[in-house]
Amino acid sequence: MTGSGFELRGVSVGAPDRRRLDAVNVDIAASGITVLAGPSGAGKSTLLRLLNRLDVPDEGTVRWQGTSLDDVDVLAHRRRVGMVFQQPTAFPGTVADNLRLAAPLTREDDMVALLDAVALGAGFLHRDALELSGGERQRVCLARTLATDPVLVLADEPTASLDPEATAIIEASVLRLAASTGRHRTGWVWVSHDADQTERLADRVITLDRGRITSGGIDD
Amino acid sequence: MTDTDIGLAGLALSGILVVVAVVLSLIRRLGIARDMVTAAVRALIQLLIVGVALGLVVEDDSPLVWTWVWLVAMVVFASWTVGRRAPEVPQARRLALVSFTAAAAVTLGVLFGLGIFEPSGRAMVPLGGMMVGNAMTGTVVASRRIVAEARERRDLIEARLALGLPASEAFAPHLREALRTALVPQIESTKAVGIVFLPGAMTGLILGGVDPVEAVRIQVAVMYLVLGSVATTTSVMAIGLTRAMFTTDHRLRWVSSAPES
Repeated sequence: MTGSGFELRGVSVGAPDRRRLDAVNVDIAASGITVLAGPSGAGKSTLLRLLNRLDVPDEGTVRWQGTSLDDVDVLAHRRRVGMVFQQPTAFPGTVADNLRLAAPLTREDDMVALLDAVALGAGFLHRDALELSGGERQRVCLARTLATDPVLVLADEPTASLDPEATAIIEASVLRLAASTGRHRTGWVWVSHDADQTERLADRVITLDRGRITSGGIDD
Repeated sequence: MTDTDIGLAGLALSGILVVVAVVLSLIRRLGIARDMVTAAVRALIQLLIVGVALGLVVEDDSPLVWTWVWLVAMVVFASWTVGRRAPEVPQARRLALVSFTAAAAVTLGVLFGLGIFEPSGRAMVPLGGMMVGNAMTGTVVASRRIVAEARERRDLIEARLALGLPASEAFAPHLREALRTALVPQIESTKAVGIVFLPGAMTGLILGGVDPVEAVRIQVAVMYLVLGSVATTTSVMAIGLTRAMFTTDHRLRWVSSAPES
């Protein structure tokens, strides 16, 4: 799969007696929706952080489109492979301020299009980001990540702390963006320990347990 | 005995105030009476030793090299103290040493380089002491706050990093907050001086028989010295700590929390 997405070879994280990831070999596509499934503590978030280069492996290599992450411009990489976290991380200021932090030159009509992509109306643009509900804030974070025009978005259980209604809105946005033919078409690597959500979203499933790939890896 | 020399009898009588403090703490059952006595006795012994040593350094015919030795010793001891008081701060001693050296170069450079004070032991040692003492407190507060911000706001910092912002920009809002926390008390104290309290240097000069207006001129220069030194040390510390807490490829290292005291 060289060139299209991530390749992890012999990737381990943590001390030898306390591995959070243990000799992981897996390919992850840059398009569609790949769900990383598994129980809490399986190593899903650890794996996701490696892909955004927020952490580095203790052993093994992580390649993106054929190039080791040791050799890429990490700031440019993070704009091509965005990340959304479990807890909404809205910054102080308006929603527009949040979007401009990701892409300072974004015009207002482009910001409205970003909000539309995550099912938020234009009226949100000038609202205080910290006064929005949890679901709305998480959608602002999604829009903010999309503002850098990523090829792929890494989503670390972004609906884990949201109610079913907010979760459904975000899932619908993600399915729409993954299938889109427009500017905001993106691939997704979505972490979930919810089997129903995995069924609703996944084009492919990679399952982890206690730091090892149990299905969906290249050793299967 | 001059009219401001309190003599040994005066020193002994001033100890009545320590007795008052101890009695009050015993009545209120604060459990700190022993600490108070220890602190009072320790301060007396330390200052007597310092007084004798200082006498040798600030003599008019004493070589200036002893003054420099004294200043270097103060900077090294203050750096060691920062490391002890802020154990969770990475590379605290080394960074504090660099910060204090930078602050000494800037502040003493202005005061003595521009001829505001004569470069003598009598001026350099007490002014250096003021500079290092105040800078040390500011440095401990700032560095602990900077590390706490990095630990407590990790989610927001990493969210900025994940958007492709460099480490310096991702951490900037939190660094600003930490530096404000360290500098605002110094600014407030500078504003309140003369109205709320008379500063120590000025009080000492007036007690020593110096004209109050002349004492004020010296005190103001000292206050500016303190403000400049705190701003310099905390800024240098901030730059050094940002480099210590982030990798060159813009990852936030895992910073351990302060040990339980």
